Amino acid sequence: MTDDRPLIVGIGNPFRSDDGAGPYVATKLGGLGFLSVTHEGDGTGLMDLFERHRSLVLVDATLSGRVAGTVTSFDAIGEKLPAELFHYSTHRFGLAEAVETARALGSLPERLLVFGIEGADFSAGTALSPAVQGAADVLVLQLSRELADGRNG
Amino acid sequence: MNERVLQVDALARVEGEGALYVKLKGDTIEKVEFRIFEPPRFFEAFMVGRDAKEAPDITSRICGICPIAYVMSASHAVEDALGISVTPEISALRRLIYCGEWIQSHVLHAAMLHAPDFLGLHDAIKIAEVHPELVRNALRLKKAGNSLMEAVGGRSVHPVNTRIGGFYSAPKKKELEALLPELDWAVGAAREVAVAFSKFPFPDDSHDYQFVSLRHPDHYAIDGGRIVSNRGLDIAASEFNDHFYEEHVARSNALHGRMRDGSAYLVGPLARYSNNYEQLSDGAKETADMCGLGRTVRNPFQSILVRMVEVQYAFEEAARIIRAYQPPSPSFIAAPPRAGVGHGCTEAPRGICYHSYQLDGEGLIRHAQIVPPTSQNQPQIEVDLTRVVAANMNMQDEDLRWRCEQTIRNYDPCISCATHFLKLTVERD
Repeated sequence: MTDDRPLIVGIGNPFRSDDGAGPYVATKLGGLGFLSVTHEGDGTGLMDLFERHRSLVLVDATLSGRVAGTVTSFDAIGEKLPAELFHYSTHRFGLAEAVETARALGSLPERLLVFGIEGADFSAGTALSPAVQGAADVLVLQLSRELADGRNG
Repeated sequence: MNERVLQVDALARVEGEGALYVKLKGDTIEKVEFRIFEPPRFFEAFMVGRDAKEAPDITSRICGICPIAYVMSASHAVEDALGISVTPEISALRRLIYCGEWIQSHVLHAAMLHAPDFLGLHDAIKIAEVHPELVRNALRLKKAGNSLMEAVGGRSVHPVNTRIGGFYSAPKKKELEALLPELDWAVGAAREVAVAFSKFPFPDDSHDYQFVSLRHPDHYAIDGGRIVSNRGLDIAASEFNDHFYEEHVARSNALHGRMRDGSAYLVGPLARYSNNYEQLSDGAKETADMCGLGRTVRNPFQSILVRMVEVQYAFEEAARIIRAYQPPSPSFIAAPPRAGVGHGCTEAPRGICYHSYQLDGEGLIRHAQIVPPTSQNQPQIEVDLTRVVAANMNMQDEDLRWRCEQTIRNYDPCISCATHFLKLTVERD
């Protein structure tokens, strides 16, 4: 059974400060009535979601040395995900591995957008850094408009 | 003299953050260090003052791969302090969810993280390109483990249905029986994966390990038992500190576990298998035999096979428990707070996980001690690295570095747990 509504997946650990950027975005969009889940743990669980949903938007924190709050986006159906960008977390089999393994197995969903928000602080704590919080709020607004357009269209 | 330094600054395909540093002067090994730089998390300190009932849920957050080990060891320890004995029905349900965790953890490590080492592949993505069927089956096996965790624990990571004394609610027999067809498929599929892995070219290595594991009178130890070794140790969990100690070393944020005589010891699949082989199911023993494993396995590189044998056993055991399942009623045993000290020890996928709590009369924690498996294995990992480097001195740096990383991955180390992980540096003089 696949679900046609786009699923927003916030990836990360909300108890590790900016690693919680993905769950923050997903929770906010969930509050606006969109289908959303948070994901913590290893990446194979993401592959289960690819089987059940035709369209997914993944949001994760990145650690690439860019300015905190920098948002990178990928259309994962058309391009390979750079593993080094999404490798920070202690997930032993992370987002990039899950997406690329699914690609190798021919089991990617029809639509898969990936957003990365550059974090600054990954220490224990539940607050996002100001720059990350700002970028996450902008992404919530952007996605809510795009998803609403898709919903109405 | 030629100085060689082999260094890995951030080990891949392990849980957490660590590094490896090896320095050689000619044929002399000057230094072999497994360094864990993941910051310490001070769980034992912030448990003090919390209600003992919170211990399983808080400590399960130490690890997203083996939360059940923490839930169960903490529960046993608090129950020991409060004088609670759970019913056989609660015990069976606990063993069932623990089977789910063994399956999840072992399959992820064996198929996705460890198998690439033997295929000369750098990551799990390549293995999916080269052996897609193997990866599909492995993912399906892991998913079956997740389903067990969800059915009993409420979700596949960090369960919400477990508590001191048992479970908030007992799953319905029908809900569990719905899992049986997939579990029955998985028993055969786990064997197929084990036999396929047994064709790998295993490095020639062997060590006379001091195997430390639990032993249970009735079954292959998972969720409790006495702490035993192949050198005659046989103690209750409450005697842990009389026979083992932890020490701080400057190169690691994780404490190193040793026997009181200072010797290193090994916990995990090889230890469990070798100490408790007789208690495996006939099917699991048959698979071990098909893989060419004897009753004792001393080649750490073959731990991947032992993990898959244990996966098959866990599926058989889960199906057996479900077929005999009687929902526990009540679903938990309650007890009033009382002052006391309790100890708990269970078999995490990586080896024994020991907890001890001292409680006051109001049920608040006054002292907490948590000894995870990777802390205990650290000295043994360095012994293994030294032996492997000595035996492979003639290898080029790149190959030797790979072999060293593989030596660490034999342990499926959980660095987040131990610090509560890996860079490799090899220096040659």
